[in-house]
Amino acid sequence: MQSDVNKSASPSSNKPFLTRRIDSFFATITDVASFNARFFRELVLPPYEFKEIVRQCYEVGYRSLLLISVTGFITGIVFTNQSRPSLAEFGATSWLPKLIAIAIIRALGPLVTALIAAGKVGSSIGAELGSMNVTEQIDAMEVSGTDPFKFLVVSRVIATSFTIPLLTMYTIFVALIGAYINVNVNEQTSFPSFIQEVFGAITYLDIFASVIKSFVFGYTIGMVGCYKGYHSSKGTEGVGKAANSSVVTAMFLVFMEELLSLQIVSALRAS
Amino acid sequence: MQATPSQSEPVIRIRDLKKSFGSLHVLRGVDLDVKENENMVVLGRSGTGKSVLIKILVGLLNQDFGEARVLGKDVQQLNGKELDLFRQQVGFSFQSSALYDSMSIRENLEFPLVRNVRNLSQGEINKAVEEALDDVGLSQAINQMPSELSGGQRKRIGIARTLILKPKVMLYDEPTAGLDPITCIEINNLINEVRERFKATSIIITHDLTCAKTTGDRVAILLDGRFARVGTFDEVFSDPDERIQQFYNYNFTN
Repeated sequence: MQSDVNKSASPSSNKPFLTRRIDSFFATITDVASFNARFFRELVLPPYEFKEIVRQCYEVGYRSLLLISVTGFITGIVFTNQSRPSLAEFGATSWLPKLIAIAIIRALGPLVTALIAAGKVGSSIGAELGSMNVTEQIDAMEVSGTDPFKFLVVSRVIATSFTIPLLTMYTIFVALIGAYINVNVNEQTSFPSFIQEVFGAITYLDIFASVIKSFVFGYTIGMVGCYKGYHSSKGTEGVGKAANSSVVTAMFLVFMEELLSLQIVSALRAS
Repeated sequence: MQATPSQSEPVIRIRDLKKSFGSLHVLRGVDLDVKENENMVVLGRSGTGKSVLIKILVGLLNQDFGEARVLGKDVQQLNGKELDLFRQQVGFSFQSSALYDSMSIRENLEFPLVRNVRNLSQGEINKAVEEALDDVGLSQAINQMPSELSGGQRKRIGIARTLILKPKVMLYDEPTAGLDPITCIEINNLINEVRERFKATSIIITHDLTCAKTTGDRVAILLDGRFARVGTFDEVFSDPDERIQQFYNYNFTN
């Protein structure tokens, strides 16, 4: 029934520009809220699309693994290299592993993973669903007796929500390997000593916060990609816009969530 | 839960159907009866609401006013579960074929089967898929991807996907649009074969008069949101209405 919604959603054209913009803004907020509410409703109601969820988890993980490996490794090396001169001024290069661990586990790992996933997975979901919408595949699914929302949206959002935290752990691991190689070459720090320093610097709260944050990032990326694709306008231009807008919106929201999580975790740490 | 209309009731019954999109009034009071095992062709220019009409019949769109009954069921009144059961008996062939790009032809055909008919063995599924592909003469395409097929082949696979559930009603949206004349003839023959083999009642949406003449028992011509004339092909086009004659002349002189 989405065609009805799309066609009736356009605000009346005889209203002033500003009023139309405000109307449109609140219409979008309402639409996004009902899309999210529908997700949670469909999530608990049978039938459950286990096979499709597993397939999507594989797709999300497999699509991003190589890029995340390279990016995580480079992030580890570059961050270590850029941090060294500042610490060297105080003769504190021995603190490098601690600094790196805190930065990578608390912020860089989840953020780099989310940004890569937003670009790679979010755009792909937006384009795929947009293309399915344009070519009537979503309608075809509906007339085949399958709930397209459950099959396409719920499975993808679950997949991104659970796979991105795993990818984040992997990014952290790869980034720490990159950092260790740099530290080992420059400071001749041994591996056991590096690991001891890394784990001495972090707490369970850091790891827990990182996982929860990644879960929220994953939900956001999946939900934004699905929403944009599912509501793409007809035509090939609509598919391009859906893909592009999925990435931009997801990245913006990830940064906003990062800021929010920073405040929450800081408050928890202080208490 | 097999829905069958009474003997006297037509398989498809449409009364005073109205549908608007904003200020655009697409259907302005459509009436139509389609009898069992009849091929009804709906003709009209692009944008006159032909596709909207059949999307209402399968529950993809809701009408604003009026009644659409298919197989004795008021489509708009069906809830989720009832609608799923109803759709098992109504095949819909999309204008764009709407094959799932990420699935092979085999998976495309299996999709409606495994989701609607529970407890089928893999052997039964394979047999049904092979039979459906045989029906459209494309057995060799079973392991191909939709992107590897021509437009005509995609249309035929789209029809095979709907036939796999052995529907009682078939709705074809522009089955010959964008195809070469030879492929158009093949598709027209296929529509007639489907009627013969499955005893299906069909509505064929088109603006191709050759398709209308070849496949239609009756033709309904949609003009300004209403059916201007319903009858056999010759009856409809012997009408002196200028708009009908213009439609006829344009088709056969271009």
